[in-house]
Amino acid sequence: MLNTNDILESIRMISDENLDVRTVTMGISLLDCADPDPKKACEKIYNKITTKAKDLVSTAEKISATYGIPIVNKRISVTPIAMLLGCAENPDPVEYAIALDRAAKAVGVNFIGGFSALVHKGFSAGDRALIEAIPEALAKTDFVCSSINIGSTKSGINMDAVKLMGEIVRKTAEATADNQCMGAAKLVVFCNAPEDNPFMAGAFHGPGEPDCVIHVGVSGPGAVRAALAKNAKGLATDEVAELIKRTAFKITRMGQLVGNLVSKELGIPFGIVDLSLAPTPAIGDSVANILEEIGLDTCGGCGTTAALAMLNDAVKKGGVMASNHVGGLSGAFIPVSEDDGMIKAAECGCLTLEKLEAMTAVCSVGIDMVVVPGDTPAAVISGLIADEAAIGMVNSKTTAVRVIPAIGKTVGDTLDFGGLLGYGPVMPINMTSPQVFIDRGGRIPAPMQALKN
Amino acid sequence: MKAVITVIGKDRVGILARVSGACAEHNVNVLEVTQNILQGLFSMIMVVDVTNADMEIDQLASVFGKLGEELGMDIRFTRTELYEAMHHI
Repeated sequence: MLNTNDILESIRMISDENLDVRTVTMGISLLDCADPDPKKACEKIYNKITTKAKDLVSTAEKISATYGIPIVNKRISVTPIAMLLGCAENPDPVEYAIALDRAAKAVGVNFIGGFSALVHKGFSAGDRALIEAIPEALAKTDFVCSSINIGSTKSGINMDAVKLMGEIVRKTAEATADNQCMGAAKLVVFCNAPEDNPFMAGAFHGPGEPDCVIHVGVSGPGAVRAALAKNAKGLATDEVAELIKRTAFKITRMGQLVGNLVSKELGIPFGIVDLSLAPTPAIGDSVANILEEIGLDTCGGCGTTAALAMLNDAVKKGGVMASNHVGGLSGAFIPVSEDDGMIKAAECGCLTLEKLEAMTAVCSVGIDMVVVPGDTPAAVISGLIADEAAIGMVNSKTTAVRVIPAIGKTVGDTLDFGGLLGYGPVMPINMTSPQVFIDRGGRIPAPMQALKN
Repeated sequence: MKAVITVIGKDRVGILARVSGACAEHNVNVLEVTQNILQGLFSMIMVVDVTNADMEIDQLASVFGKLGEELGMDIRFTRTELYEAMHHI
């Protein structure tokens, strides 16, 4: 039985509050594309992706038009390319990235993730070559995204990889210095990376996944903020949480519906819904604005971490009930350059890198889309990666670092990436050197999982 | 198969006539109509049967979207599943 108010509420959430399905991501295994001849491997990669995903964009667009649901991004994630490099003779990883980019352009998706390596316990054949090729690969391609997993709760943190990634993040920014250092915006360093993440830049198709699968990432900070603005006045915090849960349920049901429809239409199994609040630079579509609606003067002030913890938990509780399988990153995202409220809070100095780090302990992902001064040494970036990974490792959660050293710029300047990646002010970072710690290398042992305190 | 047409915007003469006329033109059968005007904002919801329509729903969505632009209103033509999914357990 259709209810007029329900219909109008859905329309309002979509048209006025920026509710959308943020991404439909097709995960494709490339394990069967491995070949000792790198040229043949690249050809197999291109052919498999363009065959499996040939109807992805048109199908998603048809469903979007038929059901009146905006689907913003259509994307592809693939098996970590380092796994394919291992068996090839003298492969050039950049050629693999170019094959991915060509395939992405041929099928019309706007990002392809999986120029990745999983090195949380050490480097195997292909891993180091892939990592060293990241700066060139991301400079020479448009749509390829890269992610490296350098730690996990079960294995600890690979400090050799942490050291290497600090250098690689810098080199990637330098290689794209004439293009807003864009390369670094397509590179993320993970601890506890999920294998079924539909969101970029960290999406890759884990080795435990089926041959081909559809994942969906939902959005909706604007809808949550609007629900709070309208109904939360005078409510106790647990009642606010309940309101967020109810809104998250509705948002996630939309994602579940789209996933089912795309999966059925393409004949490909439906994987997971990523229960996320993914902001955009559009005014009002902001996680920071939700925190401010809950009662903070400005995001980044005292109380931010607690409000975010409640928000993150309520989103998950509402979303879990609405979907069959939940996965990916699932939680509130806090990418600074992609969130209008975060940008403003960073610009006025209320939101600092240290506060962001605290926030990552209670919400999805980590230090995300943060622009740091161009002269930030690689060791400092490595230190930041190690800190963030430690939070993820100890708390058994995913954390990540996606920082963009603004080459030639300093605090007070901005980088403008355009589109959903938004723009960000250069934020101050503590420049005292962790060089000796970073140079030690080795591994941080896996943490105790009992005697928690 | 059922679909929903929603029309939201400033009230004016002939909205119902134009929208139902477009339905007839494309062999879309109107089953239910609810409309109200709140503070000058007109909203109408039509439940329609598209079983014998002369085009697919995504094409109808485009036709009615253009009609909305012509009338200066937000007109959406969608299948019903979204509303059921979002508001019913």
